[in-house]
Amino acid sequence: MRTLKFLLQKEFKQIFRNKALLPLILVAPIIQLLILPLAADYEVKNINISIVDHDHSTYSQKLISKITASGYFQLADYGNSFQRAFSQIEKDKSDLILEIPQGFEKNIVRENEQKLFVAVNAINGVKAGLGGTYLAQIITAYNNDIRLQWVQSDKFNPAPIIEVTSSSWFNPFMNYRVFMVPGILVVLVTMVGAYMCSLNIVKEKEVGTIEQINVTPIKKYQFILGKLIPFWVIGMFIFSVGLHIVAYFFYGIVPVGSLLLLYGYLSIYLVALMGLGLLISTFAETQQQAMSVAFFFMMIFMLMSGLFTPLDGMPQWAYIIAKCSPVTYFIEVVRMIVLKGSGFADIKNHFIIMIGFAMLLNGWAILNYKKTS
Amino acid sequence: MKQFLSFVRKEFYHVFRDSKTLLMLFGLPIVQIVLFGFALTNEIKNSKIVICDYAKDEATQQIISKIEASRSFEIQKTLISHKQIEEAFKEGDIKLAIIFPANFNNDLLHLHKAQVQIIADASDPNTANTLTNYATNIIMDYQQELMKNNAMSFHIVPELRMLYNPELKGATNFVPGVMALVLMLVCVMMTAVSVVKEKESGTMEVLLVSPFNPFLVIISKAIPYLFLSLINLTVILVLSVTLLDMPVNGSVLLLFGESALLIITALSLGLLISNVTQSQQSAMFISMMGILPTMLFTGFMFPLENMPYPLQIIANAVPSKWYYIIVKSIMIKGLGFSAIWKETLILFGMTCFLLIVSIRKFKTRLV
Repeated sequence: MRTLKFLLQKEFKQIFRNKALLPLILVAPIIQLLILPLAADYEVKNINISIVDHDHSTYSQKLISKITASGYFQLADYGNSFQRAFSQIEKDKSDLILEIPQGFEKNIVRENEQKLFVAVNAINGVKAGLGGTYLAQIITAYNNDIRLQWVQSDKFNPAPIIEVTSSSWFNPFMNYRVFMVPGILVVLVTMVGAYMCSLNIVKEKEVGTIEQINVTPIKKYQFILGKLIPFWVIGMFIFSVGLHIVAYFFYGIVPVGSLLLLYGYLSIYLVALMGLGLLISTFAETQQQAMSVAFFFMMIFMLMSGLFTPLDGMPQWAYIIAKCSPVTYFIEVVRMIVLKGSGFADIKNHFIIMIGFAMLLNGWAILNYKKTS
Repeated sequence: MKQFLSFVRKEFYHVFRDSKTLLMLFGLPIVQIVLFGFALTNEIKNSKIVICDYAKDEATQQIISKIEASRSFEIQKTLISHKQIEEAFKEGDIKLAIIFPANFNNDLLHLHKAQVQIIADASDPNTANTLTNYATNIIMDYQQELMKNNAMSFHIVPELRMLYNPELKGATNFVPGVMALVLMLVCVMMTAVSVVKEKESGTMEVLLVSPFNPFLVIISKAIPYLFLSLINLTVILVLSVTLLDMPVNGSVLLLFGESALLIITALSLGLLISNVTQSQQSAMFISMMGILPTMLFTGFMFPLENMPYPLQIIANAVPSKWYYIIVKSIMIKGLGFSAIWKETLILFGMTCFLLIVSIRKFKTRLV
């Protein structure tokens, strides 16, 4: 116990004396948390539309004003050449083209049926899909308007109507930030924690001070604990600042669920994360090596964690890989507790898995740290 | 010139002797392009939903079997009471609940009007929105079928054509993005430590007292990474064409030229970081903290035009944003240089700026 105390004293001194790095570690994540959630907004609005109107009739004008009035679309270009509209798509100036053929009005009235051509830039499939759906909805609504003008509805035998009412729970205003802030906070804490931890032992190797520790009677687990606890504290600190100051004051997010539960999970998560950092650190010989390995894992963890893209859409094998990363579980848990107020019973499995991660990674790190070279 | 070559050789030795880093340098881009090319998708399918059916009649059964048949949904269980919905959401997996009131079919047939309620777990707004739309569409489909006897008059049929990506694959969007991300981050990270490492280990002093031009010292640091990154790029391109079925509609030569430009830009940025930091740890921390902003501001995750205006301006300073536009234009749209000269010019300007600043910042005196 006494040995550990001295080790901790040494580690904390080293951290606090590093005047160049310490402010960076504490401030950079907070600044990123302030800015980045604003950038992560998937609500598709401002879809730019090019309209090619070969008809120039009252009907085509009505349709165009209905589209522009909907709020989803911005008229980027209006003309009568498809070529020109297509070059707008090539330049990324517009996302979709609506082509109104000649005789649009005449055909609706006389032939009872008329086609409209819609071409969507589908490089980003989601945006294309949504844009196409919105446009189709507007056209259907417009179609109904026209039909009402011409057809008297049958009062005694109306068509059956199913009324769909939808409600959104836990986030009634569909605010994307509420969803992103907890996730980004997790990633930032993860990066800082894993980064510092993985560089730490390896730095002692590079500088040569690890030899001095190896010749003392310090036990392996004491050494690992001494490295782990300071960063655990810093991780806790950054998470708390992010949650209680940035998320609360700037985004108005108040955790619905129990804070005790959240912190309980965080503390286990940090132990697992530090374990990963230490493990990398025991394998690497130089800081550069440790860094590139940590970097590798961070990228995978971040992109596969369900932070930005839904896990359900992934192929099975990718889903399994995603489930092998502690970050995935923590993001899930944070979102569940903060947004939905899930209780312990709901996340029991998550707890068990994270404890497993913590034991596995730390155990491996202790085994892999050799006092003799 | 001979001096310069021997310096480049020295740098190559540094890189090649560190086999673990070298492995990472090659492994990282390859693994990531393959992994993310397949795994990243915004498509929402197999979402788990619950159904609470108080009616249990013919109409609800038909709608439910329609929902069951759709690829988007996977009915997890049928609930007995709506009180269980909140519990189901809190357990986490369930994304949507659909509730049919009692007497659904009766109402529909006799009152010509029936109600369905859809409740979405909107803690993920995007998924909630999409799923609600899908479910509404399925129910509306059913309604259309009921109306089939009434002939449609004054019918407008929109014909939808998906340009460039008819199957709406995620890879078409994500592969250029991941390419930009990986090239950019790997190059920055590797060069960021190169100069500062010599400072830390003390060999910088030896370099500075030599009669060698400091400008060339810096340039020679970047050359091995430029060389390796070009090899990396080739591997990435081959993989994305063969494995991920990405098209290369434009000129391959142009794509290489532009990629080389991005690599040089990233290397210059790395050199700048390396010149202004005092320890490897700080240099690495800066490049690590760059991951998230690069990811978001490249624009392949979230549409840039949705961001608040100040952030759109910040995004302009991220080189990979321009490269992403270039790659999309060349690979997918098959456009020539005339379409992307502006982006190229911007990248070129950035490179010059970064190189000049990092040479200026390179101190020939140790403090």
